[in-house]
Amino acid sequence: MAKRVLIAEDEPSILASLEFLMRQSGFETRSATDGEEAISLAATFRPHLVLLDIMLPRRSGLEVCRLIRADAALAGTRVLMLTAKGGHRDVERGIDVGADDYVTKPFSTQDLVARARALLADPMLRLAPDAAPPEAP
Amino acid sequence: MLQGWVIVTASFAYIGLLFCVAWFADRRAAAGRSVISNAWVYSLSLAVYATAWTFYGSVGRAATDGVGFLPIYLGPTLVMLLGWFMLRKMVRIARLNRTTSLADFVASRYGKSALVGGLVTVIAVIGILPYISLQLKAVSTSFQLLLGYPEIAMPAKAASLVVMQDTAFYVALFMALFAIAFGTRQLDAAERHEGMVAAIAFESIVKLVAFVAVGVYVAYFMYDGLGDIFEHAVSRPDLEVLMAPLGGAAGSYANWVWLTVLSMAAIVFLPRQFQMAVIENTDERHLRRAAWAFPLYMLAINVFVLPIAFGGLLHFPQGGVDADTFVLTLPMSQKAEGLALLVFIGGLSAATGMVIVETVALSTMICNDLVMPVLLRVRAFRLTEQRDLSSLLLDIRRASIVALLMGGYFYYLLAGEAYALVSIGLISFAAAAQFAPAVIGGLYWRGGTRLGALAGLVAGFSVWTYTLLLPAFAKSGWLAVELLERGPWGIELLRPTQLFGLAGLDQITHAMIWSMIANVGAYVIGSVARRQSAVEHAQATLFVDVYQQTGEPGSAWSGATSAAALQTLVGRFLGPGRAVELFTAYAKQRGVHGVDELEGDRELVRFAELQLAGTIGAASARTMVATVAREEPLGLEEVMTIIDEASQVIAYSHRLEEKQRELEAATQELKAANERLKELDRLKDDFISTVTHELRTPLTSIRAFSEILHDNPDLDPAERRRFLGLVIKESERLTRLINQVLDLAKIESGLAEWRPSELDLREIVLEAVNATSAIFKSRGVGVETRLAASVPAVMADRDRLMQVLLNLLSNAAKFCTPGTGRVEVRLTSGAGTIRVEVEDNGVGISPEDQALIFEKFRQVGDTLTDKPPGTGLGLAICRRIVDHFGGRLWVRSELGRGSVFSFDLPAPAAARRVANA
Repeated sequence: MAKRVLIAEDEPSILASLEFLMRQSGFETRSATDGEEAISLAATFRPHLVLLDIMLPRRSGLEVCRLIRADAALAGTRVLMLTAKGGHRDVERGIDVGADDYVTKPFSTQDLVARARALLADPMLRLAPDAAPPEAP
Repeated sequence: MLQGWVIVTASFAYIGLLFCVAWFADRRAAAGRSVISNAWVYSLSLAVYATAWTFYGSVGRAATDGVGFLPIYLGPTLVMLLGWFMLRKMVRIARLNRTTSLADFVASRYGKSALVGGLVTVIAVIGILPYISLQLKAVSTSFQLLLGYPEIAMPAKAASLVVMQDTAFYVALFMALFAIAFGTRQLDAAERHEGMVAAIAFESIVKLVAFVAVGVYVAYFMYDGLGDIFEHAVSRPDLEVLMAPLGGAAGSYANWVWLTVLSMAAIVFLPRQFQMAVIENTDERHLRRAAWAFPLYMLAINVFVLPIAFGGLLHFPQGGVDADTFVLTLPMSQKAEGLALLVFIGGLSAATGMVIVETVALSTMICNDLVMPVLLRVRAFRLTEQRDLSSLLLDIRRASIVALLMGGYFYYLLAGEAYALVSIGLISFAAAAQFAPAVIGGLYWRGGTRLGALAGLVAGFSVWTYTLLLPAFAKSGWLAVELLERGPWGIELLRPTQLFGLAGLDQITHAMIWSMIANVGAYVIGSVARRQSAVEHAQATLFVDVYQQTGEPGSAWSGATSAAALQTLVGRFLGPGRAVELFTAYAKQRGVHGVDELEGDRELVRFAELQLAGTIGAASARTMVATVAREEPLGLEEVMTIIDEASQVIAYSHRLEEKQRELEAATQELKAANERLKELDRLKDDFISTVTHELRTPLTSIRAFSEILHDNPDLDPAERRRFLGLVIKESERLTRLINQVLDLAKIESGLAEWRPSELDLREIVLEAVNATSAIFKSRGVGVETRLAASVPAVMADRDRLMQVLLNLLSNAAKFCTPGTGRVEVRLTSGAGTIRVEVEDNGVGISPEDQALIFEKFRQVGDTLTDKPPGTGLGLAICRRIVDHFGGRLWVRSELGRGSVFSFDLPAPAAARRVANA
């Protein structure tokens, strides 16, 4: 069963590269180009991993991350932040809201894929439901 | 023997002798051994009181009034015996204040008021003119009489009036010259005239000797002693009556009392008496001897009045000889030529003495209290700026003397013939008496004020004019006699000689009663009516309490000034040399080495004021000193000056406040500028981080796809081509971005190169549309143009303007829906501007975004899945370009209904005219 990866990125070309890299690694992907879309997709798609751009239109990556963390149903979901700015503040804030790891743009594709794999190999992920998303309560 | 030339020669010889005496006294004074600093000389100089009027007129009055002539001499005797303490007080005050004249004295007492000084001067001049005319009349009459020798004919009746008037004119002229020569040779700080005083003392001896000689001659040569004359007189009933104390025509207690009072006032307040007794006094102690010596002189000169009068009346029983001339006509009738000449010289002596002192005193008053205050106050004369005024002062005085004698001469022509000598003199006495309330009140009553003094003087002088001067003119035929007989407008109550029905008194007594009531009443009421000013109060205390004064009096000068400024000021009036002497002496007295070391303190200011007061009077001195020093008690002029200064200070403080405000404003501006700099710094940081972010985005894609392509050599060709295409596209984006960032930076920093030229916008718009036609075609968007047939040329950089148009056109193409998109480009020219509009029917821009899109890195349409390529800098650059050419760029839009981007460019003035024509 392929691991599900949600990609939230507003730049089409970057999004295209991330989709390619995740699919090549054998993951099932869905893509969102803004924060709102990312949140609704996360609820339905129930991804194991979210590649989350920090500067998203409508809702920022940080907000999306905080909401995912607040959602008990997504307790096992890992978040890998993509930060455009190399500043420590972005990293700190990402960690604050519960991101598991981050990469800085422009990223090394091998590094990104390795980090994504590492997060998905985490034993905690077993807690995540493999099944299809449950009905809404 | 008594031909005309003999008389004239003798007269001039006598005048020459007087000059010698004066010259001698001046030399002695210069050598420090004053002749006049002597109680005898002082006493004799007071005898200037005895004028030609005494010399000739006493006998005349005695011939009609008997002992009625005596009050005129009784008054002065009483004053000297009983009232000398008052004179002493005046001497003390005058010395301490360097008083120059009676007017100066009164003005000084009443707050150094120039108005009071001027008024006193006017009254004195008008009042004294009859007196001067009297002297002219006496001298010319005696001259004509003597010329007629051996006949005795009354000139006024026998000789031609024209001849008399001519004589009087020449007498006036020569007396003016004498007075100028004696009184205005130099200008002294103390206004003392040593030579003049000595000459007057000498004259007093001459006239006494001459008069006594006639008396002795009449009593002992024509008759057998005094007893013989009186026996003869008693034998005639018409003469016997003259010997009774109240005998004669106008004998009454009231007349006696008033005449005595009048002459008491005269001995003090006639300008010449004040000059001699007060101004020229060198030592207060001289008054003690004068207190008995002067009455003795009066007695001596009066002893033979009755004998001569009786002798004359007995000798000329027909009454054809004027009693005023008995002194001269009796010796003439006896062919005593030498004695007659001596009498003439004695009379001349009495007249010239009076005229010299009187005119010198009056000219000082006119100069110091009438002319100078006006000159100094009228700025047009610029007198306060002139350096040396001493010669001007002397010239004013000389002119005044000539004017006074001419005035006396004209009064003589007007009224001189209608009156006896005594009556003319009494009119002047009555005028001088008007000063009594103001002066005596001023000496002993602290409450006397300037207003009171002015009111009293005006009231008294008005009554004097009405009751004495008008009748004199009327009797001379210059006014209608009905005025005297029926009163003005027929109101008998207002008859000048019987005012309010007061009849039965002689004219002088009548006038004195009314004028004194008016004068004293107005003085008291005026003084009580209003409070004193500070200066008045200070001066009043200074006068009333003069014996309590220690040291030099003066105004309370508060301001400091420089010794040099004061010395210059004093020098302008006394001459620079004299000022140096005075200041050097003062420096020595203060115990410093030179004038340079003198401090300009209030003592020095006071000293300078006193020096000036001695020359130009207290009122003017105060005005002048105020030009270099400030003073506590304030007059109008000083107040104006201070207001001037204050307004300057206020203006200065206004300027300071203004400066402060400017500084505050500048500080605010600096703060704002600093904030702006901080803001700019922050914006720059933002910009850099934004730029970094924007650069990172394409870079991220390029790197990612490059690595993917590198790591996956076996990618299928289609995907490979797609990825390479993305790399190329992102590389282009990166390049464009870098170019635009640099472009914007250049524009913003002012380093951009602009190549403006005259452009036809029509052509540029068409070219831009042509250049973007491929984009429109590829996106399936239609483009139309609606351009004005011709528009004025604009000055702009062609490439930059093209850049703006391309940007707007490609934006329009980008945001239009493919297929249905329509873009219209319009070109119009309006009032002074040319407008380009690019309208699309695309997605539109929300109102809140409309302002943002012109900012850097603000892009709308981020929500579009198919994100249009762009850097977010295009519109920011466009706006700056349009701004640079003086135009503006803006947008009108509605979400879902498309947008209109417009920009205006100003048409050049020349083109505008063409366009408007």
